[in-house]
Amino acid sequence: MATVTVNGKEVEIGANERLNCIQAAAKVGDEIPAYCWHPALSVVASCRMCLVEVGDKKPDGTVAMQPKLVPGCQTPAKDGTVIISDSQKVKDARKATLEYLLLNHPLDCPTCDQAGECYLQDYSFNYGRGYSRLNEPKNIKPDKTYIGDQITLFTDRCIMCTRCVRFTREVSGSAELQVVSRGSHEEIDIFPGYPVNNPLAGNVVDLCPVGALCSKDFLYQQRVWWLKSKDSVCPGCSTGCSIHVDQNEERVYRLTPRENEKSQGHFMCDEGRFGWKYTHSGERLSSPEVRTNGLVTANDFDIVLASARTALKKAAQGKGKVAAVLSPWMTVEEAYLLAGLLKGLSANVTLAMGPVRIEGGDDQFPKDVKGNVVQPVKFTIHAEKAPNRAGVELVLQHFSGDVMPFEELLRLSSAGQFSAVYLVGGDPEGWISEIQAEAFSKVETVIVQDILPSPVLKHATHILPSGTFVEREGVFVNFKGLAQLINRSVRGPDGTRPDGRLLWDLAERPGLVQTEILRKEIAATIPALAAISGEGLKGQGVFLEEVVTAV
Amino acid sequence: MAKFEPVLFARINKPDSTSLKSYMADGGYARIKDILSMAPADVTNIVKDAGLRGRGGAGFPCGLKWTFLPKDHPGPIYLCINADESEPGTFNNRILMEKDPHQLIEGIMIACHAIRSNSAYLYLRYEYGRSYRALDAAVKECYAAGLLGRNIKGTGFNLDIVLHRGAGAYICGEETGLIESLEGKRAWPRIKPPFPAIEGLFRKPTIVNNVETLCCVTHILYRGKEWFQSIGVPPDPNNPRDPGSYGPKLYCVSGHVNKPCCVELPLGVTARELVEEHAGGVWKGRKAKAIVPGGISMGFLCEKEFDTKLDFAGPGKVGCLGLGTAAVVVVDDQTSMVDVLFNCCRFMSHESCGQCTPCREGTAWMTKILTRIRVGQGRLEDLDLLMEVASSMGIIPGTTICGLSDGAAWPVKNAISKFRGDFEEYINSKRSTMTSAQQLMEVH
Repeated sequence: MATVTVNGKEVEIGANERLNCIQAAAKVGDEIPAYCWHPALSVVASCRMCLVEVGDKKPDGTVAMQPKLVPGCQTPAKDGTVIISDSQKVKDARKATLEYLLLNHPLDCPTCDQAGECYLQDYSFNYGRGYSRLNEPKNIKPDKTYIGDQITLFTDRCIMCTRCVRFTREVSGSAELQVVSRGSHEEIDIFPGYPVNNPLAGNVVDLCPVGALCSKDFLYQQRVWWLKSKDSVCPGCSTGCSIHVDQNEERVYRLTPRENEKSQGHFMCDEGRFGWKYTHSGERLSSPEVRTNGLVTANDFDIVLASARTALKKAAQGKGKVAAVLSPWMTVEEAYLLAGLLKGLSANVTLAMGPVRIEGGDDQFPKDVKGNVVQPVKFTIHAEKAPNRAGVELVLQHFSGDVMPFEELLRLSSAGQFSAVYLVGGDPEGWISEIQAEAFSKVETVIVQDILPSPVLKHATHILPSGTFVEREGVFVNFKGLAQLINRSVRGPDGTRPDGRLLWDLAERPGLVQTEILRKEIAATIPALAAISGEGLKGQGVFLEEVVTAV
Repeated sequence: MAKFEPVLFARINKPDSTSLKSYMADGGYARIKDILSMAPADVTNIVKDAGLRGRGGAGFPCGLKWTFLPKDHPGPIYLCINADESEPGTFNNRILMEKDPHQLIEGIMIACHAIRSNSAYLYLRYEYGRSYRALDAAVKECYAAGLLGRNIKGTGFNLDIVLHRGAGAYICGEETGLIESLEGKRAWPRIKPPFPAIEGLFRKPTIVNNVETLCCVTHILYRGKEWFQSIGVPPDPNNPRDPGSYGPKLYCVSGHVNKPCCVELPLGVTARELVEEHAGGVWKGRKAKAIVPGGISMGFLCEKEFDTKLDFAGPGKVGCLGLGTAAVVVVDDQTSMVDVLFNCCRFMSHESCGQCTPCREGTAWMTKILTRIRVGQGRLEDLDLLMEVASSMGIIPGTTICGLSDGAAWPVKNAISKFRGDFEEYINSKRSTMTSAQQLMEVH
């Protein structure tokens, strides 16, 4: 164990922890401001915001301080290191650095997207001086509105931390961004004709500590202080990136990555980042329906649910069989509710896994100029474009022993095996083709629970409009068995209900759906999912494996 | 004391001084076979014991630097020769390369042997076309004569010298900036540690030495350390950390003098002596107002400091940054220090690489303030602001990565503290040396 002293407070650092002074100070709750340093990028120590005084504590208790300031990001915290970040010398250095950074900064906070979450604002407020001593004209640099399809650059706001440059070199590997020119005329730029359009491009906007790099999608849409943020998980692929969903007045405005070493690290891909638009699509199913011979006979949720329930019960007790397709877009709780409900009607029910969309192969980063993956891999976009195949499979295995593929169910259905089917969709890119939908054309009762129209709707007898990932709450299990919580951020459009509530009501459980109670029940019932009831689920999530072996 | 005989410059005025034939006729490469047969550590020790300090600017002991290389490293180890001579007023390396390239090449061979390197990269500033052609011809001659390449003179020692022409940036003279540039990147100095001796060019141990330093190495090996220590200034007995200033040094004298020159003298000559005796005195019968002791980044000597000894310790005693490149620039008494300082600051802000915030913004701000003073809009409090900005940047307060920022700050500190009267007079007179205030916008 190593002991580091930060501003007089001692902190223990584990044997395998390699921390710099910024991280060591964070352990005792002291903030050392920094711009250029980022835990996922290389250290350049160029912004000079994190200057601290550093010394060594000798075994006899005396402290030998280095005479000059050192950058906290570059200086390792070792046993006996003494860090002082609150002395007058350090404060003066921060004040000077901030004054320099603001010399040529346009101070256009009122029209800047970053205002409210800007490190230049925060640090100036906390550590800077309240006025400028510049009496000369500022440098004026032209804005670059096309840095990438999704990215724009307000050149004069840039403080040259080079985080974005290092990101494209070290994480995406595409190296589109660079510094051009010299001295105070330096600018971030692209090589003409090579914009930042790599699949991870959006991250440079998050990395930018000021309002220089902005997302065109989010530009001028909202002031960030109006946004309410909820932790969630990106459903775009089986990576299961931890994210924040930022919304205001029931409308999502952006997704940003949430740092989580257990899942993806610090970043997320653009496919996921901009992949929420279907949530507010006008195409959304928004009318619950009972259809008889193609005519809508009811469109009230309570009536539709009661009708569906009756039809399922009738089918289960009759000669025909009941089948259900569980989508990999369902949460563990929803899958459990549906499977439990149907198995409660009849042990004979057939449960199948919905189609899992696979696109190409896993896309790994960084890549070199020829497109070859460079080790170590820092980010992976998985080919499996569904958030919870693993979790739904565990539920299916519990209830039916094995996991029936979708194609097998289609075959059985075409053969007229079923008198009632319960189909759950949820994949915004579509999950069933015209030809596949024909398998259900002869089925007496077809209950479809989905968010968007699909070919199978024309055979549907019951339509249950459900919710997207920002409208639901529950557990997604990613490719490596990490269970994470998605949270409800916005209310769905009128005429839709979150899947959990639909299924809860369908199962005639009393009161409102409470996923926490459901998780306890699941953990007690399914040993493989024992982990999801614990407190560990919140925040970073919990690996299912760990708890299974512990039991 | 007997009259000093030039050593580094002994051959520069001879006809055909650049050719291998002429160099060998003067005894060059005569003992290279013996030297290459010595143990590398012995060569290092000779250089170390001789007390050779780097001629590039910082004056770091050369032999000591070589010992920082990791022991028993499997290689490769690289030698980089810093010939990116960009400090204003400095032109000694240029003469060495243009007039006597073999002296340098022999030094490179000896140094590479001492540090067990088989590749040397000579980073030459692009503007030195004549130096490039002289060196290129000399290197080719050496390859043809078996002095470079495989198994030199049957000693089993291999060496390749690569000439690399830079693209004209002051920052490439900083050793890690040079390495980055050589690797094909933007010349942004690296953070240290690791120092280049541990991880330098292509992430391998690397030594970076100046051209003049390596030329001295040749002579130390030929003439012995006793000879080297008979020249120059011994260590200050009252300062145990002073390694002394031994050996000959090339002083470049330029500016307002009758006869600008580059002259080889023992270290420790005074500024006054250089100007009066070697450069023909100040021009137009005027008096000197200020003398730059070693390139503008070292600051200024004022009149009462002209008798300062220009050795490694001397300029530092009177508030200058150091000896630097020993490029002496003379400013006559008809010149305003405001204009001199403006020129220095404009150069530094143009050449700041822009990596560290204080240097990137500070140098540009100082230039803007001086421009404002020059258009007649100065305020007396600007002088304190300039001093504050200058003292907040550099490797000495710890706010930048490389030392070139100190070099940008030092002329400001020296000029304002030593010539404050000049500035106050200028500001109070409200006179403008520029035609219009519009130029304020146009200056860098």
